[in-house]
Amino acid sequence: MLHRYPKRVAVIMLVLLAIVAIFPLWGPALFGDQSDFILEKLTLMVILALFAMSLDLLVGIVGLVSLGHALFFGLGAYTLALASPDFDAASLWWMLPLVMLVAAVAALVVGLLVIRTKGIFFIMTTLAFGQMLFYLISTAPFAGGTDGVFIMFRPTLTAGETMLLDLDNPQTFFYFCLGMLVAGFLFLRWLTRSYFGQVLDGIHDNERRMQALGYATGGYKLVAFVIAGVLAAIAGMLAAMQYGFANPAQLGWHTSGEVLMMLILGGMGTIFGPILGAFAYEILLYVYEHLTVHWPILMGLTIIAAVLVLPRGIAGLIIAPPWARRKPKAVEEEEGVAAHLHPATIPHKEG
Amino acid sequence: MDLAFFGVQLLNGLQYGLLLFLIASGLTLIFGIMGIINLAHGAMYMIGAYLVWDLTLRLGNFWLAILIAIPIAVALGLVIERLFLDTLYKRDHLYQVLLTFGLILVINEAQRIIWGGDVHSVAIPAPFDASLQLTDNLQYSVYRLFVMGVCLALAGIIYWVIRHTRLGIIIRAGAVNRDMVEGLGINVRTLFTLIFSVGVALTAFAGMIAAPLTSITPGMGDSILITCFVVVVIGGIGSIKGAFWGAILIGMAETFGSVLIPSIASMVIYLIMAAVLLVKPRGLFA
Repeated sequence: MLHRYPKRVAVIMLVLLAIVAIFPLWGPALFGDQSDFILEKLTLMVILALFAMSLDLLVGIVGLVSLGHALFFGLGAYTLALASPDFDAASLWWMLPLVMLVAAVAALVVGLLVIRTKGIFFIMTTLAFGQMLFYLISTAPFAGGTDGVFIMFRPTLTAGETMLLDLDNPQTFFYFCLGMLVAGFLFLRWLTRSYFGQVLDGIHDNERRMQALGYATGGYKLVAFVIAGVLAAIAGMLAAMQYGFANPAQLGWHTSGEVLMMLILGGMGTIFGPILGAFAYEILLYVYEHLTVHWPILMGLTIIAAVLVLPRGIAGLIIAPPWARRKPKAVEEEEGVAAHLHPATIPHKEG
Repeated sequence: MDLAFFGVQLLNGLQYGLLLFLIASGLTLIFGIMGIINLAHGAMYMIGAYLVWDLTLRLGNFWLAILIAIPIAVALGLVIERLFLDTLYKRDHLYQVLLTFGLILVINEAQRIIWGGDVHSVAIPAPFDASLQLTDNLQYSVYRLFVMGVCLALAGIIYWVIRHTRLGIIIRAGAVNRDMVEGLGINVRTLFTLIFSVGVALTAFAGMIAAPLTSITPGMGDSILITCFVVVVIGGIGSIKGAFWGAILIGMAETFGSVLIPSIASMVIYLIMAAVLLVKPRGLFA
């Protein structure tokens, strides 16, 4: 269902990337004093895009709807906050591997339990395990309770005595995050096109058939779960670097819900869609927050509308724009209907 | 811990568990029959509590407030089912999760607009505003006993309807094979509307009778929703019996957990869930 897109997808994404990447050139001219603030927002969007992309591997590619993905995002943030020395900056050379290791172990343990479940059970158990860590962290004496933990010094990236990147500089940090996003995207694109990714795609379409073909689908799903968890933790670590603290809210299930919203807005199963979704979500949030204090109503209605009228998100519009489908339209819609009626996606007969 | 104190905790656990059952039974019915995962279920519990608080203030009578609040809850369930869920039956769980998450945002914020963000409480209504003297310094609220009685009665009614009525046969058949039920000429559409409204009414009612026992706060629906998910996962999705025993187990575990091992009390129910998943990934009663 994925893998080859029209050329305009690549063109649009590269143009958008270029526009965002050269923001420091045009931002100050357009926004003046606000430019620094917008750069911070952009950095956050880039980080959230990485987070949303990691969830896409589970939801869009394998078809595992996780409502506890914030567990790994928050875990990355807390690992950074708790492992950082109090009066000194940590080195990213060991911090990044540490974050990845902690997340991988956590994802392995949680994954071993939740992979045993299917469909709605998977949603409920991922949510429950996410909340378990949320309660553990927000009541634990070592983790600062509901206040969270402050990170006094951003980790540094040095080679010997020389600083490779000055991550304290907002612009440098922005490019660092952008680099991580691009790397994450290329990695996931490679992964989904690899043999491994083809098997995941097969599991999404029909897990029983893959089992009948001799694939140990549980193992594949577990590996995907771990990879998604590690990527989310990296995003969480970057977010904690950006904010300067780790907070229980980063672990909470509302964060898991928000990242799912980014997926639906952007279009799942496409890897590039969630990037657009994260930007769209954050821009909408910014606009709504300025319109009214009761912005959650607008956001809730937006998401309901997206589910009802735009289930394939922005990516769906780019891949198959409404004005560009004349003849293929019938075929595509048939495929769409077929996908929804697919045995694997019909939700009954469980429990 | 002496025996009387142990007894009180046992009663508390039982009462909390029975209340959880009311909420979880709605959740598991809606999933079992309709195949819908309803995240907004907890929000309806909160709405029930706020409705009864508001109406008690206006009318001055708790029982009258409940009487009026129940039809409002049913109507709300009807509207949600007809407006939003109708399109979701044939679609992936993901869309149900997203749409009902959107509903949570809307309902929670509507609550904030209508009733504000303050914490409220409802006085324990007469004639149950007394307590039983167990020992010299231990009392037990009569209202808690009343809540237990109501929950048990409702559990009995649900059991009777599902086991011994024609509607119950359809519900059980629908949980096993929905398409077949439809093929036999049953109007599944109407059945769905009925089940959803009843499920929503059950959780809202739980919120109403729980109102005098808890503080009424904006976030009260979220935490109860997740606890009920744990109940349903332990019991087995779609199983009323599983919801009952799962709710009692979790009610006891939370009550005794917070007394005996307060440091990890908030984790206990998740550890139980993990243990159940290890042994029986589809739940104890599936």
